[in-house]
Amino acid sequence: MSAETVTLQHVGKTWCPVGRPSVEALRDFSIDIEPGEFIVLLGPSGCGKSTLLYMLAGLEDISTGTIREGGREITGPSPDRGLIFQEAALFPWLTIAQNVSFGLSIQGLGSKECEQRARELLRSVGLGGLMDKKPDELSGGMRQRAACARALAMRPKLLMMDEPFAALDVQTRAKMQDFLLQLWQDSGASIVLVTHSIDEAIALADRVVVFTARPGTVKTIVPIDIPRPRASRDPRVHELRDQFTELLADEVDRAFAEQEAL
Amino acid sequence: MLVTARARMMRGTRRLGVALPIENLAKYTQFGWAVASIGLFAGLWELAWALGYANPLLLPPPHIFLSNMSRTLSYFDNSDAIGGTAASSGLVGLLMTCVFTTLRVVTGLALGFVLGVAAGALIHYVTLARNLLTPLILLLAPISPVAWLPVSIFLFGIGNVPAIFLVFITLFFAITLSTVAQLETVPRSYLNVARIMGASERQTFLRVVLPSILPSLFVTLRLNLFAAWMVVLIAEAVGVGSGLGQITSVARSTFNAQLTFFTMGIIGLLGFFFDWSLRQIQARLLWWVAPNGGRR
Repeated sequence: MSAETVTLQHVGKTWCPVGRPSVEALRDFSIDIEPGEFIVLLGPSGCGKSTLLYMLAGLEDISTGTIREGGREITGPSPDRGLIFQEAALFPWLTIAQNVSFGLSIQGLGSKECEQRARELLRSVGLGGLMDKKPDELSGGMRQRAACARALAMRPKLLMMDEPFAALDVQTRAKMQDFLLQLWQDSGASIVLVTHSIDEAIALADRVVVFTARPGTVKTIVPIDIPRPRASRDPRVHELRDQFTELLADEVDRAFAEQEAL
Repeated sequence: MLVTARARMMRGTRRLGVALPIENLAKYTQFGWAVASIGLFAGLWELAWALGYANPLLLPPPHIFLSNMSRTLSYFDNSDAIGGTAASSGLVGLLMTCVFTTLRVVTGLALGFVLGVAAGALIHYVTLARNLLTPLILLLAPISPVAWLPVSIFLFGIGNVPAIFLVFITLFFAITLSTVAQLETVPRSYLNVARIMGASERQTFLRVVLPSILPSLFVTLRLNLFAAWMVVLIAEAVGVGSGLGQITSVARSTFNAQLTFFTMGIIGLLGFFFDWSLRQIQARLLWWVAPNGGRR
């Protein structure tokens, strides 16, 4: 285990809304995320995988257990741990370049340096010519690239992504997955990506964490050591797809049964 | 931010170089329609006078109320003194009267906007303020600004302040309520981005929250501009003793129809100019929002 390993131990989350019964979203979740590793959290919707991501980012309190980064407990958000949302969440009142350098300018970097860094970063994500565009003038895929550039500007050790490609069409999605793998290899950051798409999980992950239905916890962790890019015709990919489909079907059945019992 | 916006605009015009004559044509057409619209109204009025339907003493048509300018202008005073005797200051007097009225509106609007946003933020962020102020504001907000007129004179006497206060009251509650409502709708993901980047609370408010609610606040400001414009005239007629409102009041009490219609024309023009300026400010300051309020 390296010094930079992110360790989750017996992490749980219970929502206690005022005047309503409390809901246990996550229970006894444990995993070690090694530096540079690509982890995909796969599970049915409502299984608490996004909640886990927000706790990992430090945006949500942990009810039980601990999350440690290199031995230190995570108590709040940090630029070290970048988060990318399903919708890019770029600020419409800033140009793309200003959006990308927003974090740098918050940290007190001058406007000249900000522009310089934004130019480099945008070039690295293939948006070099769009510095002065408004976010609304970009396509969904481009916006998501700009959001990646904004997170990368802070040189994060860990990049978290909450269903980042769910709102994109299938072709763009495939392109963005290639783009993400390239970015991952270049940056050396660890990535934790949440998805409910089995194909996305197989295309990207070093390890896939399959969630149980609510309360979410680790059902099983499946390592994938097929070299990338992983062709969908590959028999090993087929096998994995069948395996994940079966694992998830169990959980979806359970979730349905639970809802009917209510 | 403003610099890049301006640079973008200049680049935009250069790119539109070829299409410029067409754009000009559209502008001329628009201007033509404006002339036709006002001309039609004035023409009908003149016709009614020529046919003997409009009594020139009560409803003098434009060519009459625009004649004998020097006499009309002699009512305008450039000293802004209460009950000033208007020493035939003429055109300068007219301009100064407009300037004083405009300054009252601008001051009141600026105060109402800034303090309204501050009050709204206080209510949103501080629980004690929310519990203490919300019922009070909900009770006071529906009271017509005109009803505040006696209060403002009790409080501030005769002079500039009661007029400014009335404009302030017209805008303040609307902006406060709008701010509270808008602060609820700031997307969570925007706030999360700011938190992850390590923004302080002040940075978050000034650089994320404020720009994201500003477009809606500006719409509220523009909607209340006309109300503010009406209220300042009433205040001037009653509680200030100078400005365009006072001229209207003088015109009424001296039965001077020429002066009445002339002043109405000036008030209309100023109000139009005001709205136009606000739209210009909106286009420059809120460059990412389309003129009609939606995203471009």
